[in-house]
Amino acid sequence: MSTVDARGLSCPEPVIMAREALKSNESSYTIMVDNTASRENVARFCRHQGYNVDIKANDGEYTLEISK
Amino acid sequence: MTKIKDHAGIIISCAIIGVIASVLALLGNPKNMGFCIACFIRDTAGGLGLHRAEAVQYIRPEIIGIILGSFLCAFFTKEFKSKGGSAPFTRLVLGFFVMVGCLMFLGCPFRMIIRLAGGDLNAILGLVGFACGVLAGVFFLSKGYSLKRTYKLPAADGFLMPVIALISLILVIAAPAFIFFTEEGAGPGALHAGIAISLGAGLIVGALAQRTRLCMAGGIRDVVLFKDFHLVIGFISVLAACFIMNLILTGATGTSLFNLGFAEQPIAHTDGLWNALGMFLVGFACILLGGCPLRQLVLTGEGNTDSAITIIGLVLGAAFCHNFGLASSADGPTSNGKIAVIIGIAVVAVIACVNTFIKPKDSKEVS
Repeated sequence: MSTVDARGLSCPEPVIMAREALKSNESSYTIMVDNTASRENVARFCRHQGYNVDIKANDGEYTLEISK
Repeated sequence: MTKIKDHAGIIISCAIIGVIASVLALLGNPKNMGFCIACFIRDTAGGLGLHRAEAVQYIRPEIIGIILGSFLCAFFTKEFKSKGGSAPFTRLVLGFFVMVGCLMFLGCPFRMIIRLAGGDLNAILGLVGFACGVLAGVFFLSKGYSLKRTYKLPAADGFLMPVIALISLILVIAAPAFIFFTEEGAGPGALHAGIAISLGAGLIVGALAQRTRLCMAGGIRDVVLFKDFHLVIGFISVLAACFIMNLILTGATGTSLFNLGFAEQPIAHTDGLWNALGMFLVGFACILLGGCPLRQLVLTGEGNTDSAITIIGLVLGAAFCHNFGLASSADGPTSNGKIAVIIGIAVVAVIACVNTFIKPKDSKEVS
């Protein structure tokens, strides 16, 4: 399982990082972001790619569990 | 295929923004300028005496409202977060040249849409240039362009810009002698809706833009990069709503808010090449900044001090443009303005190259 740390980065960088990670075609990924716009954009992108997205919030940071 | 309901929020919100933009022109703002972030920041810089172009001096409550509307929305939804430190001086320079490009075209990307909705076909050239600028920025993004990470900052940092906005509001209401106001009939700075109306409009637009993440540059960018149409649907919604409202208000009130053509457009010139090049600079720099001037104002309200620095860059750019004769007028662009736009494109290209192809060794640090 790959982990992408996009905390501190603003869009579109987290989505670009997610897109690059998804190219490895693994069954699951963890993507970390720290703002709501990135959370929404990454989640929307991953869902469009056919992945399920589970979001956990912790003190202003978000962990997105991406799985097929 | 994305469901329509996924976009319902941004369609409705942006339609409201488009309607407000049209109504503001009826209530006193310059025609085709219900909103213009660049022009209104320029007017505000003039109101504060940072430039002495007497035709464009008025602290615009819409700008104050957008910052405070975004701030209130972010604060109560717990999205307010004081942060910054992502190449602030580079952002200031980019903000400066965004303003140079905007004042070549005579409008920010937001006003470009509003001009289109008012029938100003010169804005099509601006849109073509803007889209090309966005494509240039996307090229560098896809090659790894980054201004690196932001960091958490002391809470007070994020509150500074909303406090400055509040002080500006007091200044425009109290109108002390050291604040400048364009005299009646002396230029677009004298054309404005009442303070309460402008402030209210700004608050609503700021709140809606905060919730929807509306960004004029981001819309085209996301279509090209990710085939994501979410933001560009907002862009189209603003255009459609403002266009329809302009027609309705023109029919209902007799005040012409729609005039199809190139010539005789309000606060615009017909030099297509420089309209396009100005907006090319704006689109390119906005992509490198991560958002258009409206988005930067909204992020400032959310506590993002990098965006606050960008706004200061816009203010500096506005003051510089009017102090040194760079800004266009209805007569067309100036020679100084043309030189500044070419320099701006070169500087922005260098910033893009340096932050794409020259990577520091610790580029994978974690905040």
